[in-house]
Amino acid sequence: MITLTVNGEKKSLDIDPDMPLLWVLRDILGLTGTKFGCGEGFCGSCSVLVDHESVRSCSTPISDVANKSITTIEGLSKINPKLQENWELLDVPQCGYCQPGQLITAAALLETNPHPTEQQIVDAMTGNICRCGTYHRIKEAIVKTVESK
Amino acid sequence: MSPIENISRRKFVRYLGFATGGLVMAYNLPGFILKANAAEPATGEFKPSLFIQLNSDGSLILVASRSEMGQNIRTSLSSVIADEMDADWKKVSIIQADGNPIYGDQNTDGSRSILLFFAPLREMGAAARVMLIKAASIKWGVPESECTAENHYVIHKKTNQKISFGDLAEAASRLHPPKNITLKTPKEYDFIGHSMPSVDLKDFVHGKAKFGVDIRVPGMKFAAVSRPPVTFGSVKSFDASKALKVQGVEDVFEIPRVKIPYGALGGVAVVASNTWAALKGKEALSVIWETGENGGYDTQKFMELMTQRVHDQAKVVKKEGDVEKAFSNADKIVESTFQLPHLSHAPMEVPNAVAWFKGDSCEIWAPLQSPQDARRDAAQYLGLDPEKVTVHVTFLGGAFGRKSNPDFVMEAVILSKKMNCPIQVFWDRTDDIQHDFYHTTSAQYLKAALDKSGNTTAWLHRLAFPSISSTFVPGTNYASGGELASGATNLPFEIPNLQVENAKADAYVRIGWLRSVCNIFEGYATNVFADELAAAAKKDPLEYRLGLIGKDRLIEAGEGFKLDTARLKKVLTTAAKNAGWGKSLPANHGMGLAVHYSFLTYVAAVTEVSVVNNHLTVHKIHLAVDCGQPVNHDTIKAQLQGAAIFGMSICYYGKITAKDGKIQQTNFDNYPVLRMDEVPEVTVDIIENHERPTGIGEPGVPVIAPSIVNAIYAATGKRYHNLPLTETGLV
Repeated sequence: MITLTVNGEKKSLDIDPDMPLLWVLRDILGLTGTKFGCGEGFCGSCSVLVDHESVRSCSTPISDVANKSITTIEGLSKINPKLQENWELLDVPQCGYCQPGQLITAAALLETNPHPTEQQIVDAMTGNICRCGTYHRIKEAIVKTVESK
Repeated sequence: MSPIENISRRKFVRYLGFATGGLVMAYNLPGFILKANAAEPATGEFKPSLFIQLNSDGSLILVASRSEMGQNIRTSLSSVIADEMDADWKKVSIIQADGNPIYGDQNTDGSRSILLFFAPLREMGAAARVMLIKAASIKWGVPESECTAENHYVIHKKTNQKISFGDLAEAASRLHPPKNITLKTPKEYDFIGHSMPSVDLKDFVHGKAKFGVDIRVPGMKFAAVSRPPVTFGSVKSFDASKALKVQGVEDVFEIPRVKIPYGALGGVAVVASNTWAALKGKEALSVIWETGENGGYDTQKFMELMTQRVHDQAKVVKKEGDVEKAFSNADKIVESTFQLPHLSHAPMEVPNAVAWFKGDSCEIWAPLQSPQDARRDAAQYLGLDPEKVTVHVTFLGGAFGRKSNPDFVMEAVILSKKMNCPIQVFWDRTDDIQHDFYHTTSAQYLKAALDKSGNTTAWLHRLAFPSISSTFVPGTNYASGGELASGATNLPFEIPNLQVENAKADAYVRIGWLRSVCNIFEGYATNVFADELAAAAKKDPLEYRLGLIGKDRLIEAGEGFKLDTARLKKVLTTAAKNAGWGKSLPANHGMGLAVHYSFLTYVAAVTEVSVVNNHLTVHKIHLAVDCGQPVNHDTIKAQLQGAAIFGMSICYYGKITAKDGKIQQTNFDNYPVLRMDEVPEVTVDIIENHERPTGIGEPGVPVIAPSIVNAIYAATGKRYHNLPLTETGLV
């Protein structure tokens, strides 16, 4: 039995300890906001917060996050609603698919570094692929969030 | 016969997903034939294909029959109708249409949704406005001419009365649409030509939008498929024992290849209680494959063969004047060969589909650009009447042409029929990259003659590339007219002697459409070669290019559309002006230009790069676009910013290779795409006019790579011809 907290709710799961967190979220807990992109940690689509740090849920076995607190895109508004507001204000998404991962990675950056420089933003976000090419607006939305603090 | 009809009382309204009641209107657009005059009045049978409903609570609902894949089409379509109707934007919502011929052509490709729908949506919105005004005037007993519509109300200023659209819906539903409609003038637009945020923004930002992969149906199982590594290979034998031991795996069996264009490739399927178990089970399979007819495909050798062929005479597909004579009289000859590889779409959402075969019917959910094709093929495979097959279109997590080829739906259908339960088939990234309908690979040879003053007197363009037609008619080994009219046969240059030739090229993988299709390599070669001619003539590339385009004129662009060289020159000079063309640049910097007409839209790029220690940096891309009447400014800007990134991925990294018939790339580590640390500043200048609106999803892509390559030449004096640049060591 593995116990963890997801978006503030305690969950106890009788589950293969090797199953990646991504598939536990999507297929077992029904939280489909977190996306599969590459399965090997190259693209960042599956990013979730584990105790305020961004991790790649596609390559994180569920046993690694036992007793930890997970925040997914569905729960992000409890942590950084301003970021999501600015994302809307700047109409960032195109297809929208990679955006949960982008938002989580941006939120994790701002958790550890509330006033990142532009270069620090780029460094933090370079692990996340957006095939539609929304990078300009992602950066702008993060900068706007930093400036509004 | 008016194309607009009030169908509020018609029975089939309930099939559209509308609640009963209110005003329901339809627009008759038979055939959706792409023609310059597509909006001409319909004749014959009333076959409505565009629908809106105004409810008594005031909600205005549009059925979107085009798929949403990031081009913001749901928003743009609704904003057009809401504008002409004088509706309140906040009251607009959207029902995504299922795949069904009642909606006309639903193929969301070719950058043509706005082109097709702009005029009909405006007319329908205006008709609804007139009917609401009429309903109010009857109610108040005042002349219609004294009433106006504003923000979801009809107003009678003289008596200071107003009534909401919702309160008029029922009365309006008993009226006939007007015979004559007055559309707004551009000055009166409230939404058209403005920036309307996506209607789906909140769902995207909060993880609520449902993509294909997010569909969950009670009792649904998950499947992964191990497909033949070589295209159209087959299973010789397999051992499922290890796969069956994976916790959660429920069944393993072979699935057949279905020999139709969007058919399943066949292979061995693993069905499980969750996605991870299915993927793990697939990995644990041991399969021995028959390679089949394409086992010898080697992209490097094939490139050598295509190159040889374009260096020989080939089939003449266009001939003006006499190029050979001009070559023999030339002062200078310039020749170049361009080699471009296959590309994979790699949308962030991998191919996937849910199918639920229920014996006498089937329900499907998938991210589809062509839902009617999926429906037709599923019905055919299952032996069902298409009316018994429902195809729900989800959000598409990127597509770029991949989701026009719904082979993944066929797999889900086969699996659901076999397992007798709902099944989601899931492709992992390696499945996606190794079993795509690839962008073709090409070799091109260009040769030009210059006279003593440096004028181009002859232009020969020879192309070899496997055709998309080969996917539909196996064995096709010459290009179609449309494929060649993507920069080659529709070259907008004023050159007296011009010849285009097409050399033979067989296909050994499935070839498909990828964002801007053949414009990628034809736009690339013609733009780089034109720059080489300027260099050979020792002229400024901008001045020389404007000379090549020549005087203002209209060139036939097919189906009654005309390429206007004045508009082409205008985007080029606009981008050049914005970039500060001709200004002095820092050491090791250079500026390059490209201009291209595709999907009826004009786009130019002027790009500034630097090359320091053999390392390329793209600093700025200045884009100018003329897509007729801009519908949504912010969307046009977003699409062009995105096209710049997509074009840079092609320029820097895009390369799919095959050896012994097997694709060698597997994931984003060996098929990289652009990331944030490589993104330059991108500016977008939208030329304002009120011409018919044209495509915006694709036309931004073709100019990016040539503008970069031309800028590298300006910075270094070194000319690159082949892509991707990663092979030069520059990136």
